[in-house]
Amino acid sequence: MISLVIDIVLLLFLLIMAIFILRVHQLLAVAMLFGLYSLLVAGLFMVLDAPDVAFTEAAVGTGIATVLMLATIACTKVSQEKIQRKVAKTPLFICLVVGGLLMYGTHNIADLGDPEAPPHTQVAKRYIEDGQKDTGVPNLVTAVLASYRGFDTLGEVTVVFTAGIGVLLLLVRPQKIRIKGVKSAR
Amino acid sequence: MTDYILGHINYWIIIILMMVGLYTMMSKPNLIKKMAGLSVFQTGVILLYISFGKVTGGTAPIVAEGFDTYSNPLPQVLMLTAIVVGVATTALGFALIVRIQEAYGSIEEDELEKMDDET
Repeated sequence: MISLVIDIVLLLFLLIMAIFILRVHQLLAVAMLFGLYSLLVAGLFMVLDAPDVAFTEAAVGTGIATVLMLATIACTKVSQEKIQRKVAKTPLFICLVVGGLLMYGTHNIADLGDPEAPPHTQVAKRYIEDGQKDTGVPNLVTAVLASYRGFDTLGEVTVVFTAGIGVLLLLVRPQKIRIKGVKSAR
Repeated sequence: MTDYILGHINYWIIIILMMVGLYTMMSKPNLIKKMAGLSVFQTGVILLYISFGKVTGGTAPIVAEGFDTYSNPLPQVLMLTAIVVGVATTALGFALIVRIQEAYGSIEEDELEKMDDET
C-alpha cells in the first residue's frame, strides 16, 4: 500500500514536470526540467522493483540526454522558443482521442502488482525458476539480457553503433551546406 | 470499485503523461521542444511496461536466499534496451537539429516551411 502511495506521488510530480516542459519557453529551463524529470523516473523505477532500469535511466536519461540537449542549445545559440498564443486544436483533439482509447484499453489489464496476471504466469515463470541454474547469474535481468536474449542485445548494439555513425557523419563535415535562396542563414 | 481504481490509477496517470508528451511533440514548432516531448512520451511508454512487470510483495529480480517472489524480469530487460536505443535516436535527432540550424538559421518548424516554400 505504502509503495502505491509513493508511486502515485512520484507520478503526480512527473505530470507537473511534463506540463512545465510543455509550458516553459526558455529552452535551458526545458533542459533542466527534463533532467529532473528523468531523475524522478529513475526513482519511480526503484519503487516498481526495477533497479537495473533505474540506474540505466539515471545514467543515460538524466546524464547523457540532458548533456546532449544542453550541447544542442549551445550549438544552435537559440535560447528561447517563439511564443505562440493560440492553442493548437488538432493535436489536442488527437491526444484526447488517443488517450481516451488507451484508457479504455486498460480496463482488461490486471491490477497493478497482481501476481496472477498472465505475464507473470507464462514466460517469466521459467526465467525466474531456471534462470540461475541455466546461466549461473543471480541477477535475472542480466541473465535474460545477455544469455536468453543475447541476440536482442546484439541488435541493440547495432542500432547504437548506426546512430553513432549517423551523428558523426552529420556533425563532422568539411563544408557547410546552405539551402539555396535562404538568406537568413548565418 | 475502489480496488479497480486503485489497481488502475497508475496506468491512467502514465497515459496522461504520455499524452502530455505527445501534445508537446505535435503542437510546439520548436524542434528542441519537440525532442523533449518525444522523450517524455517515450519514458511514459517505458513506465507503462515496467508497471506491468510489478508484483505485489515481490522484490527486484535478483535471486537470493530467503526470497521467493520476484518481479517480472522480462519487461525490465526489454525496456533497458528501449532506453538505450531511445537515447541513440535522440542523439541523432539533436545532430539533425544542429545541421538544420546551420543550413537554415532557424529551428522553428513554421519558419522552416516558409523558407522551403519560397525556394
